[in-house]
Amino acid sequence: MTLLMGAVAYDPKVVSIWDGFRQHLVDRGLPFDFVLYSHYERQAEDLVNGRIDAAWNSPLAWVRAVRLASARGVELEALVMRDTDRDLRSLIVTRADSGIESLADLADRTIATGAIDSPQANLLPLSLLRSHGLVPGKNLTVRRFDVGVGLHGDHIGGERDAARALMAGAVDAACMIDANHLLFAREGTLATGATRIIGETAPYDHCNMTIGPSADPGEVARFRDVLLAMSYDNASLRPLLDLEGLKLWCPGRTSGYSALEAAVDETGFYGSDGGVRADGYRP
Amino acid sequence: MAVSAPMVIDLENLGLEAGGYLLVQRALHDLPVGGRLIVRGSDPALRIHLAAWSRSTGHVADVVGGEPAVIKGSAVTARWNRAERAGGAGSGGVLPHADVRWGLAMRGALVEEGGPPLHVDLVDRDLVWADAARQLYINGSARQWDPAKEVHWDDPFSLPAEIEAAVVQVMTYLVENEYAALLIPAKFIARLHPHYREVMQVLSIQVADEARHVEVFSRRATLRSDEVGVSGAGGRASLQTLLDEPDFSLASFLLSVLGEGSFLDLLSFIARHAPDPVTREVASLALRDERRHVAFGMAHLRYAVDADRSLLGRMRMAAERRHDALASTAGLNQDVYDSLVTLASHAWNPASIATGWQAVQDLQRDMDQGRQRRLILLGFPGDEAAELSALHTRNFM
Repeated sequence: MTLLMGAVAYDPKVVSIWDGFRQHLVDRGLPFDFVLYSHYERQAEDLVNGRIDAAWNSPLAWVRAVRLASARGVELEALVMRDTDRDLRSLIVTRADSGIESLADLADRTIATGAIDSPQANLLPLSLLRSHGLVPGKNLTVRRFDVGVGLHGDHIGGERDAARALMAGAVDAACMIDANHLLFAREGTLATGATRIIGETAPYDHCNMTIGPSADPGEVARFRDVLLAMSYDNASLRPLLDLEGLKLWCPGRTSGYSALEAAVDETGFYGSDGGVRADGYRP
Repeated sequence: MAVSAPMVIDLENLGLEAGGYLLVQRALHDLPVGGRLIVRGSDPALRIHLAAWSRSTGHVADVVGGEPAVIKGSAVTARWNRAERAGGAGSGGVLPHADVRWGLAMRGALVEEGGPPLHVDLVDRDLVWADAARQLYINGSARQWDPAKEVHWDDPFSLPAEIEAAVVQVMTYLVENEYAALLIPAKFIARLHPHYREVMQVLSIQVADEARHVEVFSRRATLRSDEVGVSGAGGRASLQTLLDEPDFSLASFLLSVLGEGSFLDLLSFIARHAPDPVTREVASLALRDERRHVAFGMAHLRYAVDADRSLLGRMRMAAERRHDALASTAGLNQDVYDSLVTLASHAWNPASIATGWQAVQDLQRDMDQGRQRRLILLGFPGDEAAELSALHTRNFM
């Protein structure tokens, strides 16, 4: 048996990363291979249908896969995640000179978001706003930047376009993940001191390595052990870990997805059976 | 001081995105893994940016509750756990063997493990080094000359057609020899580990010198004539044997010591007997550079022979091998030989030709004596030096 994993090709570096990891896993006695998907929806379906044994899933793909699995009466496991997948926050950002001091001030204003399927730059921050009485289409106008639809926000383009729209004065606020607020400020997309953070979500978790019903338990155990043993002081692994954006793999946990579950339900993005229901979502 | 006391840093109003992370990084440097750094500051985004920055750099942020803090992770130090120094920065830090895994790192740098190995094979000090390399590079660098300024191209002169033709033929011959003298160091630069950077620098200056020689000899060849001279097959065969020598020390021996060594006398001859000021100047300027090339070849071979006496035997074999390879070729093109005589004759009458003929006889004797002198300096006994000098190519280079 070969443990077959799916990954979404949101960037050419995905090939370098998983080619390298594959070699490392095979060298350590795990028959392992991977297939690439152009978006997360088919990957989630194939995982639950047993076409692949594991999936490197976005948080939204995890939410959907759990629903699909539940509808079929099978269970999934979040095996591992990156150290950088834990305790992220999404932000609501305005221009410092906008006069907008709090979330309540956004009533009847326009906010820019990332792609429709971006947990961090659309679903989670809009859920935060809803909890403050700001409902898109009612007392809040949303200007969405749909870049890389189907990639669940892995493509940074939508968030960057939202940040640019904010600086250009085209919108009153923008949604982005904490790390990108820092990145956009460092690269100059957001001028230093020119923005104000008026809201932040509670910490949530991001990707995980999801194990599906077809996986062999012995291979899964080996897969987990080899991933968790990857060390940043290994010179051949370090470039791959840098590309994938982690220093070490951590055991998976599912406690950080409840806010996204709620956001998905609020918008009806997926049905309870995992069906895609979101209006205008065409991966 | 209590070892458990957390360290505190105050960024004042500096944001992490505007360089504040440098101060945090510096403060973390002095902490052990697991150590806690409290970060104070008035930037409103400090807490959020600290969390994001810590996550991406392998640290753990504690931003809930009291003052934000960073707990130092192990990743930063892990990157350098297996790093090693590539020798020392100065010439005292030159190591006997250079590791290809150091890649293009500067000598003395702390080299992170990983990265592609350098595809070079000249990685042993004894095979390439000369203690004089640094000084020869400094001298060479300081004595680069500008052909546009140093040569008086517009000085008026007029030569009889046959004398001008002889000069053109000699220049044609010099250019093809300079090509060989350019390509050989260029080839070795690409095979040399930059750990031995002084050698790389000397060879690079040599390449630049030869490029200039090609320029001035070409320009003199076409100064009065649209047509240049002939190129004999035997001469080119002789130069090809130099290009084909893969061993750095043996190539230095054949090219710099025997070939360029002979050229010192040839260029000196041309400068002395030149029938016009431009020819005299270009030969004199090239001679100045070639002395340095010969000096490096000698310095390297004396170093290499000191390290391994058996190199003398291999040098002898290389000279013999080259002689055998060229036994069936004509060597120096007769046209070149005749042109040297004509060039030194200055006029087309028996007395002048006799003078030119004698001058070329003297040149060949001088070349032979120069080669013998250098061979003896390298450690060959006198009789062997005479024998080896006699085997040297009739093409001079």
